[in-house]
Amino acid sequence: MTDLSMPQSQSQTRTQSAAGKIALRWLLYVLLGLFALYYLMPLFVMVTTSLKSLEEIRTGSLISLPREVSFDAWKTAWSGACTGIQCEGLRPYFWNSVLIAVPAVAISTLLGALNGYVVAQWRFKGANIIFSLMLFGCFIPFQVVLLPMARLLGMMGIAGTIPGLIFVHVIYGLGFTTLFFRNYYVTIPAELTKAARVDGAGFLRIFWSIFLPLSLPIVVVTVIWQFTQIWNDFLFGVSFSQAGTQPVTVALNNIVNSTTGVKEYNVDMAAAIIAGLPTLLVYVVAGKYFIRGLTAGSVKG
Amino acid sequence: MSEWLENHLPKVVLAPSFIAVLIFVYGFIGWTAWVSLTRSKLLPKYEIKGFIQYERLFDSPRWDTAINNLYIFGALFIVIAMVLGLLLAILLDQKIRAEGAIRTIYLYPMALSMIVTGTAWKWILNPGLGIESMVQGWGFPNFEFDWLVNPDYAIYTIVMAAIWQSSGFVMALFLAGLRSVDGEIIKAAQVDGIPTWRIYTAIIIPSMAPIFLSAFIVLAHLAIKSFDLVIALTGGGPGYATDLPATYMYAMAFSRGDIGQAASSAMIMMLVVFAIVVPYLYSELRAKND
Repeated sequence: MTDLSMPQSQSQTRTQSAAGKIALRWLLYVLLGLFALYYLMPLFVMVTTSLKSLEEIRTGSLISLPREVSFDAWKTAWSGACTGIQCEGLRPYFWNSVLIAVPAVAISTLLGALNGYVVAQWRFKGANIIFSLMLFGCFIPFQVVLLPMARLLGMMGIAGTIPGLIFVHVIYGLGFTTLFFRNYYVTIPAELTKAARVDGAGFLRIFWSIFLPLSLPIVVVTVIWQFTQIWNDFLFGVSFSQAGTQPVTVALNNIVNSTTGVKEYNVDMAAAIIAGLPTLLVYVVAGKYFIRGLTAGSVKG
Repeated sequence: MSEWLENHLPKVVLAPSFIAVLIFVYGFIGWTAWVSLTRSKLLPKYEIKGFIQYERLFDSPRWDTAINNLYIFGALFIVIAMVLGLLLAILLDQKIRAEGAIRTIYLYPMALSMIVTGTAWKWILNPGLGIESMVQGWGFPNFEFDWLVNPDYAIYTIVMAAIWQSSGFVMALFLAGLRSVDGEIIKAAQVDGIPTWRIYTAIIIPSMAPIFLSAFIVLAHLAIKSFDLVIALTGGGPGYATDLPATYMYAMAFSRGDIGQAASSAMIMMLVVFAIVVPYLYSELRAKND
């Protein structure tokens, strides 16, 4: 009797724990799904609201699908919405952001690569102190430089201009770009540089023919990081621009908070999606590099 | 000449960036510190008058609100984002299907500008048309959710939006941490029949202490610098109920024309960041040099 009952009870507990495991798996997926809904909800609401008419927004529910899909709000947001007195939509400001971001990303990435190369491979006395001082620049709250920078831009005659904003973004992006490249180049053995020097290659030659070809991953990480930072910037944009040179984030805020006329929530949402689309696209296309930049910028900082 | 250049080229290449950082970071901090000790109002004055601006700052009820808000916002934001991030990371670490897709969904808000996030949440929290009216439409006509326009609760709407934006990022940090825990130890614990939750609380989470520190630094830093989200979501209002130090500084600098107050509030922000970041950077850099 005892001989028989033993395996029986054992198999019983086994099926019980197997059922428990399946229930737990289910619970896990339900939880994960609920959290996914939580993160997706605002995007869903933005998209559906942007496709509804104002009438439907007033009468319908926040999370209902549009009865009639209309792209009028998108058209208005792109080329007709008012940012204060001007009513040209986001379009001119979107291009401002492109005109600011592209050169600022290119210059700060190139300088960061050269700086990182020097700090990691050409250590001279004081290089570490210089690097530490530059690194600290990444972490200052930019409020502490706003006032003098506004005065300097005025003295240089580029206050309220796009070159002025490019300048500011390059300066305050240098710390991070240098950090990214430095941490990448530090992993390349110093013997490589030494051997190349023995063979008669100079500083720039080694950078150009050995380091740059190895750098594609970190270039991608840096470009994505800088582009996201600069595109999403609001503080510099609102402080150092004037009517006509504002970046897209400032224009979006002006559209949403403009008090004239009827509040067009569908236009606000379309404008918000347009303003967020470039960085969102970058994230979807190159998410791996995006995350690498985020973690490199924080953990290794 | 060319030999000199070749020998000094590394320094020559680094010099412009270093000089730029010296001027535009350290020089500018110095300028702001100097002006914060003067009677500057609409225009900067350079005659030192002591700590008069700081006295004005700490007497100002608006600054008081801003600092209180920073405590509330900072504490809730950091704690909830870390708890949520850790929970999500643990859930995702159970060898689940479609992990990549779920991770992408959790993290995408981080790619958005705070202005976009603020705009979206402003609409969702709109008392007349957002969540409030939606729940009322479900048959709860007395449901009230007017935090966005309620001076006592508006700060919590900023916490909500900020957590939505940043918790996925904390998840990514913790997930990387979980993956770097030595698998052998976990296996040994499992063989010994230690329950999973004990493995987490006794082995895995304690071994991730450095990640907790990193996450804390990043989140604290984000909290102190928070500016865009407040502007987009509440504009600092109702009144100045949701002012944070960053919006206070901006208002003084660009709409009130009170440079002395702007400079002194910026210096306080700077000191808070300094107190958090410098010990961390110092230990990181020292660890690297060892």
